[in-house]
Amino acid sequence: MSTATIAGHAVSVDADGFMTDPQQWTPEIATVIAASVGLSLTERHWKVIEFCRRDAADKGEPPGLRRIAQGAEIPVKELYQLFPKGPGILAAKVSGLTKPKSCV
Amino acid sequence: MNRIVILGAGTAGTMMAVKLRRALEPEDWSITVVDQDNEHLYQPGLLFVPFGLYTKRDLFKPRTRFIPPGVDFVLSEVDAIDVDLQAVKLKDGTALAYDWLIIATGARISPSDTAGMLGEGWRKNVFDFYTPDGALALSRKLREFRGGRLLINMVEMPIKCPVAPMEFAFLADAYFTEQGIRQDVEMAYATPLTGAFTKQRCSDALSYLLTSRGIRLETQFNTGEVDGGAGKLSSYDGRELEFDLLVTIPTHRGAEAIARSGLGNELDFVPTDKHTLQSKASERVFVIGDATDLTSSKAGSVAHFQADVLLENVLRAIGGRPPLPHFDGHANCFIETGHGKAILIDFNYDVEPTHGRFPLPGIGPLKLLEESEANHWGKLAFRSVYWNLLLRGADLSAIGPQMSMAGKWS
Repeated sequence: MSTATIAGHAVSVDADGFMTDPQQWTPEIATVIAASVGLSLTERHWKVIEFCRRDAADKGEPPGLRRIAQGAEIPVKELYQLFPKGPGILAAKVSGLTKPKSCV
Repeated sequence: MNRIVILGAGTAGTMMAVKLRRALEPEDWSITVVDQDNEHLYQPGLLFVPFGLYTKRDLFKPRTRFIPPGVDFVLSEVDAIDVDLQAVKLKDGTALAYDWLIIATGARISPSDTAGMLGEGWRKNVFDFYTPDGALALSRKLREFRGGRLLINMVEMPIKCPVAPMEFAFLADAYFTEQGIRQDVEMAYATPLTGAFTKQRCSDALSYLLTSRGIRLETQFNTGEVDGGAGKLSSYDGRELEFDLLVTIPTHRGAEAIARSGLGNELDFVPTDKHTLQSKASERVFVIGDATDLTSSKAGSVAHFQADVLLENVLRAIGGRPPLPHFDGHANCFIETGHGKAILIDFNYDVEPTHGRFPLPGIGPLKLLEESEANHWGKLAFRSVYWNLLLRGADLSAIGPQMSMAGKWS
C-alpha cells in the first residue's frame, strides 16, 4: 500500500491504484481518477457511483456488475458504455472502493 | 414438540436431516424435509454424460432412500418463506410452522438471463450440461459432431462446481482425440475472469493444461448475447466469437421460492454469515450449500464441510448459545484432465490451493495440484462414496471440516 495525492488530497492506494479507505474519497477525487482512465463523468456515471458507495458502505465490499445494474437501475449494456471494458472494476475505482474480488 | 424444517433434499439437505435426526430426541423434535420431486440427482455425474461415460440411470436415485426413519418427507414445491411468522407456505396451500429452518434449496441455471440463449440455437448448436436434459442432448450432439469450432463459455460467477467447465474442455479434447477428429476441432474457452480458473494459484499452476491441449483462452469475456442462428457469441464490450457448437454454463440463480420470499440477493442467493451459516434475515434460519451467497465454491464437498459446522450451530442455537464462526470456506475438488488423469485441489476462503498429499498428510494416496491416475480413480470412486457414505452422514474423519495445512505446501 502507498499514499498518492489526488485532487490535493493524500489518499491510501493499493498497487493497482484502488483506494483502500473509502472515507478519504471526495467527488473531486472521482473526477480525477475518471479522467486518468479517459472518462468524463456524466449524470449517469454519478448515479452508478452513488449506488456503489452506498452499497459498499452497507455490505462492506464493492458491488458486482449485476448488483450495480439492478441497484442503480442501469442496464449492463449501458454500464459497458459508461465504464468501457470492465464496469465493475472501473466503477469501484472511481467510487474510491477497494478492488473487487471475483467470487469463487 | 419442537419443529425443524429443512427445505431441499439434495446433498446438503439430506446430510442435515441425517445428522439432526441422530442428534435430537424424536420425542422432542420433529424434522421435516421438503422437496418438489423424489429424484436425487448425482450432480458430479453430469460432466460425464456428454461423452457417453454415464447415462441417465447413473444419475438418479429416489430421495426417500436417503431420508432417515423418523424424518417426514413432504413432496411439494415451496411457495414462500415467512421469517416473521416462522412458517413455510407450500404450493399445495398448506403451511409448515418451524422453530428452526434450514434452507438447502440449491442453485439452478437461468439461461433466460442472457439475451438470445434460449433462441433458435438452444439445444441445436447451443447446449448446457448442468441439467440432465442438457447433458443428454449434448451427448447426442457430440455423437454426430464431425468437427468445427467448439466454444465453451462460462457466462458469470458464481456457478456450481467452478472447475467443471475446464473439466469439460479437457474431456472434450480427450474425446475428440479418441474419435480421431481432434485435428478437425478448433477449441476455445471464453470466461469473464482474468484466467481460466477461478483461483489464481490454479490458473498459474494449471494454465499449461490449456495450451498443451491447443485450447484457446479468451479472458474477461462478459457474455452479452448468444446468436445461435449465426453461430456468434458476443460480449458487452463488442467482441464476437464464432462457433459451430457452443457449450455454455449459463448464469446461476437460487431457488424461485427464495426470490418470492424476498430473501435473496440479486441472483436469489440467501445472504448468509460466511462463518456461522446463519441467515442475515433471521436468527431462526440457517443456510447451507449452493443456496448461500457465500464466496465459497458451490460444490458438494463444501456442503459436506458446512454440514458439520451447521449441525454444531443448530444444536447451539437450540440450547440458547450463539453460533460459532467455524466455517472457513473449505473446499476440495477433483479436476478431470482427460486421458485417465485428474488433479485434486484443496483450499478455503484464505488459502489458495496447495501442493501436498490428501487426505493423509505425507501419505495421500492422492496428490494435490498435480495430474495423476490415482486422482482420476478417486473421482470415479467418489460416486459410490457419495451415495453410500456422504449422504448417509458417515464419519469421514480423515477429512475434517476445517482445512488443515499438514503435509501441504504452497
